[in-house]
Amino acid sequence: MAEVARQRPRSAAASLGPFPVRVQSAPVHVAVIVIALLWMMPTIGLLVSSFRPPAMVGQTGWWTAFQPPFAFTLQNYERVLTANNMGQSFVNSLFVAIPSTVIPILIAAFAAYAFAWMDFPGRNALFLVVVGLLVVPLQMTLIPVLRVFTALGLTGTFLGIWLAHAGYGLPLAIYLLRNFFGGLPREMFEAAYIDGASPLVVFFRLVLPTSVPGLAALGIFQFLWVWNDLLIALVYLGGSPSVAPMTVTVSNLVNSLGQNWQLLTAAAFVSMVLPLIVFFSLQQYFVRGLLAGSVKG
Amino acid sequence: MDRLVQAALVVVGVPAITAGYLVLAERALGLLPYSRRPAVRPWLWLGPGLVLLLVFLVYPSLNTLYLSFLDASSSRPVGFANFVFVFTDGTMLVALRNNVLWVVIFTALTVAFGLLIALLADRVPYESAAKAVVFLPMGISFVAAGVIWRFMYDFRPLGFPQTGTLNALLMTLIPNFQPQAWLIDNVPWNNVALIAAAAWVWTGFCMVVLSAALKGVPTELLEAARVDGASELQVLRHVIVPMIGSTIAVVTTTMIIFALKAFDIVYVMTNGNFETEVIANRMYKEMFNVRDFGRASAIAVVLLAAIVPIMLFNIRRFRQQEEIR
Repeated sequence: MAEVARQRPRSAAASLGPFPVRVQSAPVHVAVIVIALLWMMPTIGLLVSSFRPPAMVGQTGWWTAFQPPFAFTLQNYERVLTANNMGQSFVNSLFVAIPSTVIPILIAAFAAYAFAWMDFPGRNALFLVVVGLLVVPLQMTLIPVLRVFTALGLTGTFLGIWLAHAGYGLPLAIYLLRNFFGGLPREMFEAAYIDGASPLVVFFRLVLPTSVPGLAALGIFQFLWVWNDLLIALVYLGGSPSVAPMTVTVSNLVNSLGQNWQLLTAAAFVSMVLPLIVFFSLQQYFVRGLLAGSVKG
Repeated sequence: MDRLVQAALVVVGVPAITAGYLVLAERALGLLPYSRRPAVRPWLWLGPGLVLLLVFLVYPSLNTLYLSFLDASSSRPVGFANFVFVFTDGTMLVALRNNVLWVVIFTALTVAFGLLIALLADRVPYESAAKAVVFLPMGISFVAAGVIWRFMYDFRPLGFPQTGTLNALLMTLIPNFQPQAWLIDNVPWNNVALIAAAAWVWTGFCMVVLSAALKGVPTELLEAARVDGASELQVLRHVIVPMIGSTIAVVTTTMIIFALKAFDIVYVMTNGNFETEVIANRMYKEMFNVRDFGRASAIAVVLLAAIVPIMLFNIRRFRQQEEIR
């Protein structure tokens, strides 16, 4: 988050009061720390529970794990990974998420380049349509798309869900990338064209490499969105174990296991591992993507 | 092994095919006379994007509008019957009421907490760590968040050791506190339990965006106000909030849209039982359990109608920005 956290010099006026700055700011520190602890507590509770023996999870609260007898186990993870189809779902999630991220970003990049640097009639009107489509609720599109998919035999296939995610991700992707490409210096293009470069070369050798931060921000956003999506996967993929991604499998577990908390906690954590790694390692790009003005349908 | 080959094909093949389209398109363009190329090129570059937008957003939306005037199997026109159902059916009215609760409470919680945390974190040296903690749930799916919060709200009758964090915490802090079944009792306030779980996820989003806007408020302005004797609250109300007003508006509209479309968390945590139904979940049920495509479409249309004003606001704001550029 370094990008956002540019520090301003602290205000001198804050020290005008009767107390020294350190005492004055004590309530602020307390508030920030309490909020941070409260925000972490739900996740930590789940994490601790996922390592507790099944018999104890349903009997006592997770905080008692830190008193004797200190019983921890990997049993829950073992059972979830072997018995509940989680391994398969993990692979399915990757199968869904990677192409569903790559396809819309590339296609949006083509379109965004046309919007930013080519002249054609209706350019502005067409772009306003894209801005309008940003907020169309997905629910508006489910039934007709499902019918088309059924007719074409695309329901329950990865190809179907890639195309669907590509379509739904496009408005935001085109919008963000068009702003990003539009900010590139005109001289760069002129110089390249004078040197005889074709539009294809300019796009792949010049535009895409200089836009890596924007592409990365968008990539993370789209990846997390697809990985964490439940609705589209439920509707177009269905619950068949051979294609169901993690979100669908975990939500099925919620219904079938009910009070079998220990397995659910481990399952939820397995589904969180990859997005959290992506999220933390690339957080600053993600934040930049949000700040570019994102309103996703 | 089969899967590995498949995976390799997908990871390499899909980008290659997508990029290959553009190469082929430019090749085809080379067949045209030189002077015609600039007029045709934009459409080739826009092509795949426009096709996908038409197929997945424009056509389905229009089709859904049409279906909403037909019966369950889309074979016979029924006039406004589906819309009459949306606004008169008992469970639909509950869903509509709950979405109003979502819009008001969810938006208020996320924007207010987002602003508060952004303001507070701005004053401590460990700002980025504090913000990272609040932002973390954004990386978690609503399904996982639903599991996490069912765990928070877990209920055991009085006399048994509580396993839910919230009940245990309140029983320690408040003497004689009766443990609550948060998701089941106290209709309509059990909705607030669901909303709080969603707000836990999305407050980080508001915080990050608002925090960036706060950094843009000139320090001199704040100091001038403080030197003139303004209290911190007055500085907030009369200097900071007007300065970041447009950002607050953007964040608020984003949260309203989200609240209107809320689905996952309800689906996972209660599936709309105990009067916690929302329109998106109800639509899913009409579609897959009842198989009434007319009603499901009408629900979607009502959802879109609620969002249209925000869409117009977005387009107007975009136009203003373009004028400034």
